[in-house]
Amino acid sequence: MHYLDHAATTPMLPEALEVMSAHLHDLGNPSSLHAAGRAARRTVEEAREQLGAAIGARPSEIIFTGGGTEADNLAIKGLYWSRRAADPRRVRVLASSVEHHAVLDAVAWLGAHQGAEIVWLPVDRLGRLDLDALEASIASDRGSVALVAVMWANNEVGTVQPIHDVVEIAARYGVPVHSDAVQAAVQLEVDFTASGLSTMAISGHKIGGPLGVGALLVGRDVLVEPIVHGGGQERDLRSGTLDAPAIAGFAVAAEIAVARREGQAKRLAGLRDDLIAGVIAAVPDAVLNGDPGPEPDRRLPANAHFAFPGCEGDALLMLLDANGVACSTGSACSAGVAQPSHVLLAMGLDPELSRSSLRFSLGHTSTDGDVAAAVEAIGPAVERARNARQAVEASRSR
Amino acid sequence: MRLLAAMSGGVDSAVAAARAVDAGHDVTGVHLALAENPKSFRTGARGCCTLEDARDARRAADVLGIPFYVWDLAARFREDVVDDFVAEYAAGRTPNPCLRCNEKIKFSAVLDRALALGFDAVVTGHHARLDDGVLRRSVDPAKDQSYVLAVLTRDQLAHAIFPLGVSTKAEVRAEAAARRLAVAEKPDSHDICFIADGDTAGFLRDRLGSAPGDLVDTDGAVIGSHDGTYGFTVGQRKGLRIGVPAADGNPRYVLSISPVDRTVTVGSREELEVDEVIAERAVWSGRPVDTSTEIACVVQVRAHGMVTPAHVMVDGDELRIRLAESQRGIAAGQAAVLYGGADDDTVIGSATITRTASADLVRRRDSTGIVRIA
Repeated sequence: MHYLDHAATTPMLPEALEVMSAHLHDLGNPSSLHAAGRAARRTVEEAREQLGAAIGARPSEIIFTGGGTEADNLAIKGLYWSRRAADPRRVRVLASSVEHHAVLDAVAWLGAHQGAEIVWLPVDRLGRLDLDALEASIASDRGSVALVAVMWANNEVGTVQPIHDVVEIAARYGVPVHSDAVQAAVQLEVDFTASGLSTMAISGHKIGGPLGVGALLVGRDVLVEPIVHGGGQERDLRSGTLDAPAIAGFAVAAEIAVARREGQAKRLAGLRDDLIAGVIAAVPDAVLNGDPGPEPDRRLPANAHFAFPGCEGDALLMLLDANGVACSTGSACSAGVAQPSHVLLAMGLDPELSRSSLRFSLGHTSTDGDVAAAVEAIGPAVERARNARQAVEASRSR
Repeated sequence: MRLLAAMSGGVDSAVAAARAVDAGHDVTGVHLALAENPKSFRTGARGCCTLEDARDARRAADVLGIPFYVWDLAARFREDVVDDFVAEYAAGRTPNPCLRCNEKIKFSAVLDRALALGFDAVVTGHHARLDDGVLRRSVDPAKDQSYVLAVLTRDQLAHAIFPLGVSTKAEVRAEAAARRLAVAEKPDSHDICFIADGDTAGFLRDRLGSAPGDLVDTDGAVIGSHDGTYGFTVGQRKGLRIGVPAADGNPRYVLSISPVDRTVTVGSREELEVDEVIAERAVWSGRPVDTSTEIACVVQVRAHGMVTPAHVMVDGDELRIRLAESQRGIAAGQAAVLYGGADDDTVIGSATITRTASADLVRRRDSTGIVRIA
């Protein structure tokens, strides 16, 4: 199989697998007071320091969670509640219109159930945030802003957001910023302290660590209300017995991936450029969505996202899958139906073109062979998918 | 062959796909998402388009070890089945949405897409047989679905595979259990999948609004009122809300529905009896027939109705079907399906009923003998 869906999940790094496997033999709850508990706690705290060093955060700023989605929910809801509690006028939530569903749906829930007023901030044709709109929205009523949420890099089209500008603008008005850095972490240089963000979400399985573990980085002075109550294991912000083996694997993956970042990013950008050139050569009217880059501060090095006019993305995915090439159409609803992407719609693509889109994403195991297989398969797949689309249209008019 | 197995999440389509795999075909499973909002369709195991059904279909595909995808046909289903259903009732006819779904969705939109994508045929869990491309009843008469498939053309049937027609439903369930398919005990689906609560009249009222009119007897006397002709089906007895009892004290039935003047005509059980059926849009999918002469066959005029011997004359676009035994409750919009004969359960063809006639009425009422249903 040629796996080009690393943005969905990427294989564990062998070193992370080894460390995690070893710790699965350990007995001990990190919250227990006896020797076994202390040993498990030591595993967690060493991992916390290791992760902090890799991602530019103090160990005390790291709240381990059950994954990126939980981290995003904790940040959005927790920041909203604590900011509103401090000043009841703070009910506005400003979020980019291209956020991952973990942020998008949490924000929408606050709007539907918690009295929040939601402002969806526009992006341009490349998916980049409109900074003037951000500043205008904050300035229109600075005292009413609870928080700003802007992802570091987009999971679908790979566009990198001007996160430092976002933080700078928000800081001028004293407004906290949350950023979903699940895709950006380890592909880009991500340093939490230097970023000035109030909170930032990362995920284990997107960087070569295990599934089911993530972290919310919470600045030392930032107040966040918990969403999961219980033993208060993580700074009283998150409860639940800590998964020491997964946390250890997560931290090892982060350390290694960050150490290899520059070389890896360069290698993947090269593969990505070959993929883009190959796909456009095979399907001349294919459109590269998102910022063309190629600089890493504009487009994630491992992302290539295309619209194939006249095709249905789900037909393309099936045809490529049958040829051993794994890619993604973006998000699907709970029944498994491919949805027109809110990201592409926000970028101004029409719904039909957005349904014709596919994402290819590379990772640490990607090779020339993977790219060659995708390039070889795409031309015939597009031709067939176009015929299928026409056949269905013809049957409609019968 | 490369086969696309339509998997509803029910026991039949799961076993059909399994048999196709066993036969050595290269099978891909597809669940058709037909609801634009899956939560609005039937919940639990009764419908064909719920989240649970999508999950069940996926699990069955996992067990069979075949690739599985969900195809979104919700917009097409709304246009070709749901909107058509509402329009047919509005026109005073009684549509069969399962038949329309086979004609327009499963063996048109899905089949055409499958063929274009490189598949050779579509496999479904329908209870029917194909003998050399000719549609035939299932060996299980209680579960036979040839009636709702008879609308398919020879070309459509040439790309269809029905692996279950040689088995009874009990055998299919036993096989599902033996194959460890979790859907083995799932209840059969019935009714109309897109009407969540089973309240067809309410569903139609929401879409067509209130259109009050008169309930009249065969002499034209007004004996009641109604909120909309679409709440009635020919042959219906319950819910007529007639204020005046019949002279003979016997129950009365809906005889005809006329949406144009919003009139519903009721009468006795005898007046419901029909000797002749007129149908149009004929599809001849079975053994070659000489349409220039009278065709002797047996005919079925309802999905779960009785069959009767009949003689069919083709008159231009119309079929005139003379029934050897009169039938009650034949509604315009339903299909008349022609089968070979008493000992021949292959389908000759199918057509859509437009109106009926009764020899009795000719005698008694000295009229033209044609009762216009719509």
